[in-house]
Amino acid sequence: MEKTYDVVIIGAGPAGLAAGIYSGRSLLKTLIIERSKTGGQAVVTNEIDNYPGAEGEETGPTLIAKMVKQAEHFGVERVADEVVDVDFEGDLKKVTCNKGEYQAKAVIIASGAFPRLMGCRGEAEFTAKGVSYCATCDAAFFEELEVYVVGGGDSAIQEALFIARFARKITIIQNLPELTAAKSMQKKAFDNPKFSFVYNSVVEEVKGESGLLDTIIIKNEQTGELTEFNADPEDGTFGLFVFIGLVPRTDVFEGKIAMDRGYIPTDENMRTNVPGVYAVGDCRIKPLRQVVTAAADGAIAAVHAEKYIEGGE
Amino acid sequence: MIAVNKETFQAEVKDTGGLVLVDFWSESCESCKALMPDVEALAEKYATQVKFAKLDVAKARRLAIGEKVLGLPTIVLYKDGEKIDEVNKDDATAGNIEAMIQKNL
Ligand SMILES: Cc1cc2nc3c(=O)[nH]c(=O)nc-3n(C[C@H](O)[C@H](O)[C@H](O)COP(=O)(O)OP(=O)(O)OC[C@H]3O[C@@H](n4cnc5c(N)ncnc54)[C@H](O)[C@@H]3O)c2cc1C
Repeated sequence: MEKTYDVVIIGAGPAGLAAGIYSGRSLLKTLIIERSKTGGQAVVTNEIDNYPGAEGEETGPTLIAKMVKQAEHFGVERVADEVVDVDFEGDLKKVTCNKGEYQAKAVIIASGAFPRLMGCRGEAEFTAKGVSYCATCDAAFFEELEVYVVGGGDSAIQEALFIARFARKITIIQNLPELTAAKSMQKKAFDNPKFSFVYNSVVEEVKGESGLLDTIIIKNEQTGELTEFNADPEDGTFGLFVFIGLVPRTDVFEGKIAMDRGYIPTDENMRTNVPGVYAVGDCRIKPLRQVVTAAADGAIAAVHAEKYIEGGE
Repeated sequence: MIAVNKETFQAEVKDTGGLVLVDFWSESCESCKALMPDVEALAEKYATQVKFAKLDVAKARRLAIGEKVLGLPTIVLYKDGEKIDEVNKDDATAGNIEAMIQKNL
């Protein structure tokens, strides 16, 4: 038996939660479906300094916990399941999950993005064996050990600064001749004695003798020169954290709505090309992918979904 | 599902015959906490065939590294004290964990 809602939201990151808060507050019967961790990318990071109001002790997880409470306060239902198929043809949209099926008058896609892989040899084999994409999950393993961080943008430097609370030494591997992170963050990294920097370089291969990562080979893209880093024999291993951008998580919507290289185009009201279907947050084409813009997208979509349901647009 | 720590790991996992599944997790790993209810459901379902345990790595970092676990979540299956299979990170889903159990029953 399918359950029918006014609004079904796919994904419980900040975009989906904000959409839920607005939709629930408008007394629409609202369901948020989340395949994995509530909070999406916002809970893989501790630092969320640039979200308005999130100063001091606020972290990704504490901020998300408040959003969840707020959504629940407005009567939003949540289910842990993965959307595996959608049918947006009729007036009632169908959303099929592994464990259940739902119908909705309007659907808000908030499926976000996941980390881009390096694409080097050994990457998959050494994931969770030294290679990581999640600082809050894994940084503590590297207490007193060495850590390499791939990337030079905001996320990479911010996460490296967090990892530096645990690791004894941080080496940034950046493919460009300079960092691209916000200047204030760059300064923190340059001022931190644990940090050193390698530029113009990409990771060619990761290896490990004993099943854990102990060797990283990098290539200088200007000179072609290869350099090998080996773990201190006393440590036996080291970490390699990768923060080099994102890939949208939109496979299930392929062929169901218009897409552009995996991202979903919308108008400024978050409408996709299918009436009653909205896209918000990191999965859509937009100039800035942050928590604050994800939340804003969610609010806008929920308001327009309400108008749509009432027959206004 | 029982909670094990660095004191009890040897007896409860390594010195235990048959299949033991260990959920390596920590409080700061949100994916681990999202996955835990699924692992608990599997613990009920396979109660007679597999012993289920969880290890908080925040208090057993060296032990985890010794077990070649350096990323969370990681779910390891032991047979007669030997590690025989594991799933981790994005692959650590309810479906994949159950498939790993089925394969090794
Ligand atoms: C390391 C790192 C550091 C960052 N630091 C900051 C920062 O300091 N400040 C800031 O503002 N932003 C930061 N960001 C960016 C910010 O986290 C994202 O912009 C924001 O989380 C996007 O929100 P979202 O809801 O669009 O998507 P996401 O957070 O990606 O959430 C999408 C959710 O949808 C779920 N989902 C996907 N597909 C399905 C499906 N088929 N079925 C069910 N559920 C599904 C996913 O599991 C996920 O939980 C950081 C990101 C990273 C990776």
